[in-house]
Amino acid sequence: MKAKFIIPLILFVVLIGFLLVGLNRDPHEVPSPLINKPAPAFNVPQLAKPTVSFSPEQMKGQVWILNVWASWCIACREEHPMLIELGKANVAPLIGLDYKDKRPDAIAMLAERGNPYLLSAFDADGRVGINYGVYGVPETYIIDKAGVIRFKQIGPITPEILEKLIYPTIAKLKSE
Amino acid sequence: MWQLTIPEIGHFALILALGVSLIQGIIPLVGAQQGRQEWIMLARPATQISFALLAIAFGVLTWSFYVNDFSVLYVAEHSNALLPTVYRIGAVWGGHEGSLLLWIFLLTGWAFAVAQLSKTLDELMIARVLSVLGLIASGLLLFVLATSNPFERLLPAAQDGRSLNPLLQDPGLVFHPPMLYMGYVGFSVAFAFAIASLLSGKLDAAWARWSRPWTTTAWIFLTLGIALGSWWAYYELGWGGWWFWDPVENASFMPWLIGTALLHSLAVTEKRGGFKNWTVLLAIIAFSMSLLGTFLVRSGVLTSVHAFATDPRRGIFILILLTLVVGSSLLLYALRAPKSTLGGAFALMSRETFILLGNVFLVVASGSVLLGTLYPLLIDSLNLGKISVGPPYFNAVFVPIMIPVLFLLAVGPWANWKSTSLNQLVKRLWGAAVVAFVAAILIPRMMGEFTLLTGLGFLLSFWIIASGVLQVVRQVRVGKPTGSFIGMQLGHIGIAVFVIGVTMVGAYQEEKDVRMAPNDTVMVGGYQIRLMDVGPAQGPNYQATRGNFEVSRHGNVERILSPEKRNYDSSAMPMTEAAIDAGFTRDIYVSLGEPLDNHAWAVRVYYKPFVDWIWGGCLLMALGGLFAVMDKRYRLRIKN
Repeated sequence: MKAKFIIPLILFVVLIGFLLVGLNRDPHEVPSPLINKPAPAFNVPQLAKPTVSFSPEQMKGQVWILNVWASWCIACREEHPMLIELGKANVAPLIGLDYKDKRPDAIAMLAERGNPYLLSAFDADGRVGINYGVYGVPETYIIDKAGVIRFKQIGPITPEILEKLIYPTIAKLKSE
Repeated sequence: MWQLTIPEIGHFALILALGVSLIQGIIPLVGAQQGRQEWIMLARPATQISFALLAIAFGVLTWSFYVNDFSVLYVAEHSNALLPTVYRIGAVWGGHEGSLLLWIFLLTGWAFAVAQLSKTLDELMIARVLSVLGLIASGLLLFVLATSNPFERLLPAAQDGRSLNPLLQDPGLVFHPPMLYMGYVGFSVAFAFAIASLLSGKLDAAWARWSRPWTTTAWIFLTLGIALGSWWAYYELGWGGWWFWDPVENASFMPWLIGTALLHSLAVTEKRGGFKNWTVLLAIIAFSMSLLGTFLVRSGVLTSVHAFATDPRRGIFILILLTLVVGSSLLLYALRAPKSTLGGAFALMSRETFILLGNVFLVVASGSVLLGTLYPLLIDSLNLGKISVGPPYFNAVFVPIMIPVLFLLAVGPWANWKSTSLNQLVKRLWGAAVVAFVAAILIPRMMGEFTLLTGLGFLLSFWIIASGVLQVVRQVRVGKPTGSFIGMQLGHIGIAVFVIGVTMVGAYQEEKDVRMAPNDTVMVGGYQIRLMDVGPAQGPNYQATRGNFEVSRHGNVERILSPEKRNYDSSAMPMTEAAIDAGFTRDIYVSLGEPLDNHAWAVRVYYKPFVDWIWGGCLLMALGGLFAVMDKRYRLRIKN
């Protein structure tokens, strides 16, 4: 059997290998280009206190967590218990970013399910979200003492993600 | 009361079809290997029964759509009581399960045609061909029954269906998938012939002769299917594009490129007994591309606007099917191909060489499209990041590879088989070369601007047309042209017409995105477009806002165009329905964007010179294929 005739088969097997691996990947999941970049600046009113504003500047010097949520977001309800736990653990300030929401709905949801946040910034038109590259709520960012985004979680936080990714990352950033 | 059982009849028909297809796939094949006449004789009747069963299943699904049987889950998901009847029928193949059923229905249809139209074929050969088709059908039927049953019930039945994506409620929808699938699936016949010949060890000119009309017919359908899809996207999507190098588009284009190479390779094998291994390999690859395309579209592996709703189980299943079918055929190829004898020798300067060169470039072009389509997946699998590959890559890589093919298109028909003299070729073609150069320089100047790319486009297209005209003139002097000859000329000229369309639109189209209030005008391509008024309109299942635009030239009103922005009852997304004034030499295309303040609207206006030549060229190619298939020598055979 001449060697060259087996080449198509070999190429095909390689292709199948890639396709098999590809089946387990999600092409829609795009990593954030903002990792290791400074957290984009913004200045928006707080959810509960419309006359007081919040800006990431205020958090410089601390490791902190920014959680993007909304009252209309179903998946956010899934991760809410994890956020309550994260808030109680008190390892880093937990700031909420209420994204494209209506004030009364948002406040009502926090009252009903508990408020894990130190405070929530109110991003009514979603401009802050755009700057942060938010494309699917909920999303969570961990920002270091210098104001640089070091971690982004797309989708709800599960207990596993909390244990394996969030707490260790916070611990590491705090020791820097 | 009928509704309680009819879908189950369809389901049952599919189960029976699986059984019959398995018999069809295994018994005659083993019988051919072992010389058992009774087993071999089973092939045709099994094929006929499979087809009848699939016809019943498909008929039942169509009926369920027609009578709005929302107790069938698939109907409830893809139809709606308000949907006009035509689109209810089109909805049968609007989703994964139904389109897959169409796929298998057409597969058994092709097998049935082969069974009926092959009375003069060698019994063993036919048994093997039908068996291979039966095996493929079995695999797909298993897939459908296990993961994608279109007859699954929704009980209690829905009051009304969820309806179709409004984008798909269009005449183009009714024809594009069936046409495309006829082509995709049709290559299974060439594939089956190739496998049969490998199994029999008889790789000869006779096999090529039998394969040719089937392959050509499949190719005709694929050409039409792709053209229809492109045209549909152009007038339906509202932004004037006609090809996006989307993974699913590429999935249909790759079999077309390989199929074109296959057609030409078959010609050589039939005429000169050469390229046998190439032809067999191309036949296997063409159908493999069809299967690969099916996998890419339905597995969620690539992002695409076309992709069906995905389920990882389906992805694995199709991948296994793909591996088994293609892997086993390539293994068979590796084992049997070396044994085939060489065909007639040919010189460096000969028709064979030109066809071989052209085919090499076609295969490389197809490979480049495959690479671009799969690159994001490859990179992601290797953990190298997430990237997307789009038109810039494809245009930069694909177009240059096709240039030699376009050049050779004009030269090949003049070359003799076995050996031809360069001097002769130059003598025949220098006139065409002159025409080509004149066109390349003059036409861009006439249109407004000369660039290297436009010059090249006209150079190649007129080179092909001039050569074709000279060929026809010469042939007519000698005698009546055959179907094959006419087919070749039409096919080649079709490509030239296509290239002219692409070059014209690419280089000279004008687009204006403007804010227009009633009575505002905008100039585009020498035409004046004036917005007359914007008001409400009503359709069978939608509310719309319609704008009326007056199109005039040199002060004379030529036409009123009325694009709409539709809100379908069943969808929150507003749909843009562009208005197009189509002409032989240009399209004027108006589309309504967003409403702005003060009764003004965002309006998009296009002047698209010669854009219809793109699809006109495809029609010519398909017509050429038809002439080739109708060539007397194939019909004589059938009469026998």
